[in-house]
Order: sequence, then C-alpha cells, then structure tokens
Amino acid sequence: MNHYYGDYGGQYVPEILMPPLQELEEAYEQYKADPEFTSQLNDYLENYAGRSTPLYYAKNMSAKYGIKIYLKREDLVHGGAHKLNNTLGQALLAKFMGKKRLIAETGAGQHGTATAMVGAKLGFETMVYMGSKDVKRQLPNVYRMKLMGTEVVSVETGSKTMKDAINEALRDWVTNVGDTHYLIGSVVGPYPFPKIVRDFQSVIGREVKEQVMKVEGRYPDSIVACAGGGSNAMGIFYPFLDGEVNLFAVEAGGEKLREDDKIAYHSASLATGEEGILHGARTKVLQNRDGQILESTSVAAGLDYAGVGPELARLAETGRVKPCYITDMEALEAFHELSRLEGIIPALESSHAIAYVTKMADSGILGDTVVINLSGRGDKDLQTIMNMEE
Amino acid sequence: MRISQKFEELKDKNEKALIAYVCAGDPDTATTPSIVNALVEAGADIIELGLPFSDPVADGPTIQAATCRAIEAGMNTERYFEMIKGLEVNVPLVCMTYYNLIYRHGSENFVKRCAEAGISGLIIPDLPLHEADELIEICKEEGIDNIFLVAPNTSDQRLDAISSKSSGFIYVVSKLGVTGEGKNISSNVAGLLDKINSTLPKAVGFGISNRKHVEEMVAAGADAVIVGSALVNIIASKDDVIPRLKEITKDLKEGCR
Repeated sequence: MNHYYGDYGGQYVPEILMPPLQELEEAYEQYKADPEFTSQLNDYLENYAGRSTPLYYAKNMSAKYGIKIYLKREDLVHGGAHKLNNTLGQALLAKFMGKKRLIAETGAGQHGTATAMVGAKLGFETMVYMGSKDVKRQLPNVYRMKLMGTEVVSVETGSKTMKDAINEALRDWVTNVGDTHYLIGSVVGPYPFPKIVRDFQSVIGREVKEQVMKVEGRYPDSIVACAGGGSNAMGIFYPFLDGEVNLFAVEAGGEKLREDDKIAYHSASLATGEEGILHGARTKVLQNRDGQILESTSVAAGLDYAGVGPELARLAETGRVKPCYITDMEALEAFHELSRLEGIIPALESSHAIAYVTKMADSGILGDTVVINLSGRGDKDLQTIMNMEE
Repeated sequence: MRISQKFEELKDKNEKALIAYVCAGDPDTATTPSIVNALVEAGADIIELGLPFSDPVADGPTIQAATCRAIEAGMNTERYFEMIKGLEVNVPLVCMTYYNLIYRHGSENFVKRCAEAGISGLIIPDLPLHEADELIEICKEEGIDNIFLVAPNTSDQRLDAISSKSSGFIYVVSKLGVTGEGKNISSNVAGLLDKINSTLPKAVGFGISNRKHVEEMVAAGADAVIVGSALVNIIASKDDVIPRLKEITKDLKEGCR
C-alpha cells in the first residue's frame, strides 16, 4: 500500500503504533464498502448530523461584490461545524473494530465537541486533549464536552496549543493501543489518517457537486476553503480534483508573515512552511533552521497549527490547489460583513475563506461563480471577538 | 569507541552493559560534559545523549521537561556536535533524537557530522524501519550503527525485519507507553527477549529506574539496560547532582555484574 502523496505522508511514528495503524488501515479498507457500515453511517449523517447541508446563494454579498457567491452551510451540521462528518465515520469504524475508548486532540474545541457527541451517542469512554491556552479561550466548548460525558485534559506542555495536544494524545495512544482509537480530527498524522479523514469529509464536496449542477447547470469557477490541518478544504476539494475548478486553500496569516526562532506570527504552513516531519507525516511544517517546530499564531484556534495535511501539501506543490492567506484583521472584517449582509455568523476559521473571496472578487482570478466552504458557525468565537474589540 | 567493541569487552568480563541517557544541554551546555564524565566514572558503559526536539512524542514528562530546559538554555544541533567533540570519555556515544532534526539538517550531512564528532550510533524513536531505508544506507557508509526499537506488540514478522536491519544493539521497549520511571517492569519482557532472533545485544529500556529492575532484566536475558528518567530526575532536582548521579550509576552497574 502506498502511504505517500508524492513525497508527503508516510508513517513516522514509534514502533508501538505500527500495529494499530496497520489494524486501522485493514479495518477501514474492509468496512468502507461494507453495506452494514455504510448504511449505519448514512443514517447517522442524515438523522443525527442533519445532512445534506444547503448550498446557499448569498444574494446580498453577491450583489455587493459582483460575482455569484454560494456558501456550503457546514455551520448547520449538528454541533456547528463540519467536524462531525469525520467523527461519526471514525467512531463507527472504531465500534466495528471493537474499541472501547476514544481519544482526540482539539484546538478550537470543535473537533473535541464532535468527538464528545459521538462518544456519548455510540457509548465510548472519551477523553479529549486540549492545550491549556485553548482551554482558556474556548471555555464554552470545554463545558459542552463535559456535559456530554467527555473528560477534557488540559495540556500544559510546550506551546500549550493543538500541537502539544496531539503530542499528548499520541502518548496516550502509545500507552493504550489495545482498546483505544485515536480519533484524529484533521487530514494530518500518519497514514491512513489523512486518507480516512479526507474520505469521511468528502461528503461535503459530493453534495456541492450535485447541488451546484442543479442550480447553475455547471460547476463553479472556484472553490475556497480555509485550511489549518485542512480537513474541510480536502473534504470540499477532493471530489473536484479531476476537473477544472480552481481550488483555493486560505491559511491564517495571523498578525503578519514573520517568524523568529521560536514563534511564527501566523499559521501559513502551506504558503511558507518547509518540508519536515511532524506528528507522523512528512509535510510542510513551520520550523526553525534546526528543525524545531515553531509555535504558530492565529485569531482562529482551529487554524492555529504548525503543520498541514500531507495530501494538501502535495496538491499545493503540483499547483492543483493554490495556497493563500488572510490576516487576523481581514478575517475579523469578513466575520462582521457576513453577519450584517446575510444574517449568518461564521466561525473565525471560515471567515478567512470569506475574506479571501471579498478581497479577490475584483481581481478576476476567482471567476464569476464561487463556492465558499462555510465550515463552522461563529457562536464559539463571540467571547474572543468581544475581548479583541474591547 | 564502537558499540560492538564495548559489548565484546563486557562479554569477556561476564558483565551486562549499563546504558545511561541524559539530555544534552540540560541544565546547560557547559554542565553536560561533567555529567557525562561522572556517569562514565561511576560505571556507565555507553552514553546515550539526547539531542532535544520540541515535540518528543515518545517521551514521558521527565524527559520532555529536560528537553524543554535544554532548548531554553540554547542547545541546538551545532552546539550538540561541538560539545560532543569536546568530550574526553572512552565509551561509545549514542545520539538519541527525533527524525525532523536529522531530516532538516540533511540526513547525509547529519550522519557525517555524527561520525566526525565520535558518535557511534543513532536512536530515532519516530523513525520506524520501513521509513529508514535511506538513513540505513548513509549510516552504513559512515560506520554509524542504526539502533531500532522493538515493542511488546511488535509482530514476529517485524521483529525479524528489524533484527536483520539493526546494528549496534536492539532497543527493546519494556512496556506499551512512553519513557519514564516505573514501579514495576512488565513480566513479559523475558518472552519478548526470547522471540528476538538476533546475534545483536538486546538492551531493555523504558521504566527502568533502580537496581532491582536491572537485576530482573538481566535475569530475563537482557544484554544491557537503558536508564534515563531516573538520572534526568536527579539533574532536574539541582540538588547535589554529581554525587547522586555517581551513587545511582554505581548501584545500577552493580546490578549488571
């Protein structure tokens, strides 16, 4: 089995994790075509997650910017973000594999929440690792997880954000490989995670294909999605990779595109990172000259990550996906604009994608019909924004 | 000194090897050589020197903290090699680090510099065998040993593959988990040691922190024991460090005789 996307991907993990990765790969290949598995998953996606989500024509915004702007409403998925598409798939897989316990990392808390939801629903003991910095800035999500019976572990090591939460989850997995499934929340980590997460998120792009054909009779000129690890981007891009549609991955430009020896003041690993090995995969990584991983920065906790999915790194390298970035301030403006123009409060992560479209609408590079993946809703960010605007 | 040479010496004396791990640059670059000297003087047969990485996923809290202290105090790849060149001990030195630091430096360049600095072997806990082809070739050319890890859940097939590609010694992970002091060592280590079909010495690590553990591992068939966190904890205490390091090392080495 090829574990690489070009030069990116692979399995750079402690030997202890080789058996569970192999077991996961075999189980996934077996169950993904199993009628019982797919029928249960489709039932959950429809009746629990609330799929399919609308492809919404943003009329007021379109009028203002002079191009047709559609929003893929992943913010309407149960829990408020696209994350549940993946956690339902992986938790069901873990159930079929006979696992008893789920662990996960979370940055913004959206993936942790989506894991807590499936943990409660499918009867797993569930533990979520979260950097202590993120615990502080995402308290409502921490409380949501606890309400659903999940234990939230505040991680005090390293930069105390998602990168360190992944380290801690990996350490847990190494210790409890027998009965535990590590439910990775993005298209990152060792193979087969990048593939599994991409496949479960591809429901987004498959729906867009049908929906846009129905209303436009053709595919859009461009699809724009924000990218931290890259799960919502890979999910909406993947079914369109074969065609001509322009695909834009919008990263977090943070305060500015600058790094020192310890900190990157942004999270734009596709646009500015260099090849390295992080969390089990060879990919684009924000690192210093020696290869020490930098602390990343973004107003959007869900984009605040020093690496990116290996398949996305490969697609950026071949030019199929165009990496770009938006600063904190631009994202904040877009957050307000969508709220006022359409009555939809977007997540700060998704606000990056919106900002890129409004910024580039005049340039012509997007064409005249654009789909934005509105990956999550903004309720979780209200405190952050109120604090910033004080 | 070559690792194989050390094991031959010990075989003649009917002793097992004590491999001592410390993180280079913890608490600072200037202190590491005196720590290494103390360990060797007190009986350590091989020194494993960690080159600290920001995200050490195979390490428990003790070694993570040491890694942080060392990076904070300015340890980096350049200083690591400089410091090692200055060491005046006649035991094999092994570099333990994570793969990104090697990859970033350029694998060929990194291995060459290891050889120049007098390092005999490499332990990379996040580089499993099937990702290591290129590095194995480079190490062969430079005469550096590739020390791979095997774990209690490693399949027989992988055990054989790892044994056939390893050199120096085989690092046998005693438990499912990360590095760190433990109360008890798993009773299954003997079974794992038996399953490894290799003429290479087998060194057991992870959770070995006192003489009783050492004696158990020797009885189970280990050719060497690796002790890390127990030493790092003494360094972290900043209390009477050198005498206490010597004392515990002597005691651990007694367990190897």
